[in-house]
Amino acid sequence: MESNIKEQLDDILSQYDGEGDDLIPILQEAQERFGYLPEGVMAGVAKFLRLPESNVFGVATFYAQFKFTPTGKRMVKVCRGTACHVKGGERILESVQRELGIQPGQTTDDFEYSLEVVACIGACALAPTMMIDNEVQRKMTPKKVAELFSNRSKGGENAR
Amino acid sequence: MLGKESPRDYPDNQRTIFICQGTGCVSDKSVEIREALERKVEELELKSVKVDFTGCHGFCEQGPIAFVEPEGIFYTHVSVEDVPEIAQSHLQKGKPVKRLFYKDPVTGQAVPYYKDIDFYAKQKRIVLRNCGRINPERIEDYLAIGGYQSLRKALFEMTPEQVIDEVKRSGLRGRGGAGFPTGLKWEFCRKSPGKVKYLICNADEGDPGAFMDRSTMEADPHAVIEGMAIAAHAIGATEGYIYIRAEYPLAVKRLRIALKQAEDKGVLGEKILGSNFSFKVHVKEGAGAFVCGEETALMASIEGKRGMPRSRPPFPAQSGLWGKPTNINNVKTLASVPVIIAQGAGWYAKIGTEKSKGTAVFALTGKVANSGLVEVPMGIPLREIIYGIGGGPPSGKHFKAVQTGGPSGGFLPASLLNLPVDYEELTRAGSIMGSGGMIVLDEDNCIVETAKFFLSFTQAESCGKCVLCRLGTKQMLDILEDITTGKGKLEDIDLLEDLAKDVVAGSLCALGGTAPNPVLTSIRYFRDEYEAHIKDKRCPALACSELVSYYILPDKCQGCGICLRDCPTEAISGGKRMVHIIDQGKCIKCGTCLDVCPTKFSAVVKVSGEKVTVPSKPIPVTATKRNTGASGGSPLD
Repeated sequence: MESNIKEQLDDILSQYDGEGDDLIPILQEAQERFGYLPEGVMAGVAKFLRLPESNVFGVATFYAQFKFTPTGKRMVKVCRGTACHVKGGERILESVQRELGIQPGQTTDDFEYSLEVVACIGACALAPTMMIDNEVQRKMTPKKVAELFSNRSKGGENAR
Repeated sequence: MLGKESPRDYPDNQRTIFICQGTGCVSDKSVEIREALERKVEELELKSVKVDFTGCHGFCEQGPIAFVEPEGIFYTHVSVEDVPEIAQSHLQKGKPVKRLFYKDPVTGQAVPYYKDIDFYAKQKRIVLRNCGRINPERIEDYLAIGGYQSLRKALFEMTPEQVIDEVKRSGLRGRGGAGFPTGLKWEFCRKSPGKVKYLICNADEGDPGAFMDRSTMEADPHAVIEGMAIAAHAIGATEGYIYIRAEYPLAVKRLRIALKQAEDKGVLGEKILGSNFSFKVHVKEGAGAFVCGEETALMASIEGKRGMPRSRPPFPAQSGLWGKPTNINNVKTLASVPVIIAQGAGWYAKIGTEKSKGTAVFALTGKVANSGLVEVPMGIPLREIIYGIGGGPPSGKHFKAVQTGGPSGGFLPASLLNLPVDYEELTRAGSIMGSGGMIVLDEDNCIVETAKFFLSFTQAESCGKCVLCRLGTKQMLDILEDITTGKGKLEDIDLLEDLAKDVVAGSLCALGGTAPNPVLTSIRYFRDEYEAHIKDKRCPALACSELVSYYILPDKCQGCGICLRDCPTEAISGGKRMVHIIDQGKCIKCGTCLDVCPTKFSAVVKVSGEKVTVPSKPIPVTATKRNTGASGGSPLD
């Protein structure tokens, strides 16, 4: 494990007393810190909690929140909740996939954007919605999506 | 508390403007609006004006929302640019800004006062009683309206058994969806042997299309905490957990603030209010698994394990969290408890129907004019919710169905609009109360495609423990995929029904037990739509992209070039003043051309199961047609 990762992980672990129910909060904090869960972190957490590594991986892979590869600078989340769906959410997702050239769960080659689908962001009255980082984009259309990413094909610059 | 009839009754002093700081309004810059107002009020030296905020009003579509007390003036769609006018005209001179009044989408009339808005006037708000009315980050606001008085009453005037009895007599049932009598659940846990017991608030609101738990926690967190403390006193628990979705960061933040304030005020923690009762609450954030809304899966998740349901018995009341007796209630159930203790079981039991007491909260969304949170007495007809409060489908479209209960609920057709809404009636009709999602579909929504959408969600969220839930739903999904892409066979419909029965029978928990509901109800009420997809390869709603085509009508196209420019796949050919043609091979059916074609031309049509005759290559727009006003702003002119 890289030494700075180890240092930061130790910093996180120092706040916990090592009970089994600390596992998910520790993984959440580690992901918050690193953006994903590096392999070394998983092993370090397993050792700290005196759990088999397989157990830690088992839990981490069960929950949709945890990622095992680095993500892009900006996170695009397209809402696939019901309210968004009946107002054309699928078209929004297709447009984003087309504009970024990636599928949900993937990251663009230049590490600018990662794409995810989320079940519901709870902004149903603003459907269809998507988020770029923490900013909610309301009442989307394929055209608005194209505008959001319009600079991309001309040199990979971030849209907006 | 919404003030008198006329703003003129008030001098221009002592005003408070409340800006909504719920998730929906915050997404449209309501924090910036509040900050701009604070600056403007200071700049104008309006000493008697206070700028404050509330949580979610449940009317997010109108956001950002602001209202001014004491007049009760309600502003919608407020932006930062409106701040100077609100401050100078209303807050300084007492003259409300008319253009920001709520406009009834059905009648088109402006409604200045909060209390006169039909959307609210027709509701009965018990769970949502304080939502949008108090500052959720200040316990003093909650205390000022009688907050924590019910806890005081429960601790000093009632034994735990009396509290349980009160809740039993109120008829309150679990608002998480299953509707189990709350008092009875508490009694099981109370009577279960053991010194250590736990109380859990289930705030894992994973149903896409439901956001009432989020709004309640954001807008009135103390109501939930007070309900938890009363429940803990009743069952004999000293430790509690709130298990909340990590996707709700604002609700998590407000809960943490509220918990800290409650401990500081002595209404939580050691020896509450000087009694012998101690109760501590922890917040646990979920990690993105829908199945963790199921109580045994939720407890596994708190313990740091994979959130997979287990078979019951033993029930959580006997052996729950870490093997100890545990009681789990939904956010809305707990938020109802302080009211029941304050007003009495008799008062509560008068609301609702014989078997379903109290109110139900729905997240009314989809194709409806007023979308938002709606709390109504149990037993009112669906029609009253969808049309009376919701205003029906907007822009004159026809109502097709309403889907209640989230992804495990069912579709109900127009013929059932008079159905009284309670646990029993919804179940009888093939749907469920569930978490209270209520999605309205209109003629543009395909029932088969929407059923496929719900099943794709539950299929993906199946934890995989039960074979039939894991694989049966997959088979059902594949069949639906075939039908919506024109590859279905007539016998598929019966096969779907057979599989559905097996999935229900072969699943441990409610996820698999209810996942087939959308498919079963859509076949029960809309079999003809399935048959149209299978027999005619036609989607009557024009929604299944594999079965629809877009065409540009040569007699209407003015050759303006807008669709040609916006088409993402360059499937449209034609030049200036040439009728445009869509290359059906290149078209990905995204619908952009239909969206952008100017309404005065309406040259793009979407069809299913029929052919439209169009030229094979671009032809000139005829001279006579040019007179209809095609020029001006055209990119090709």
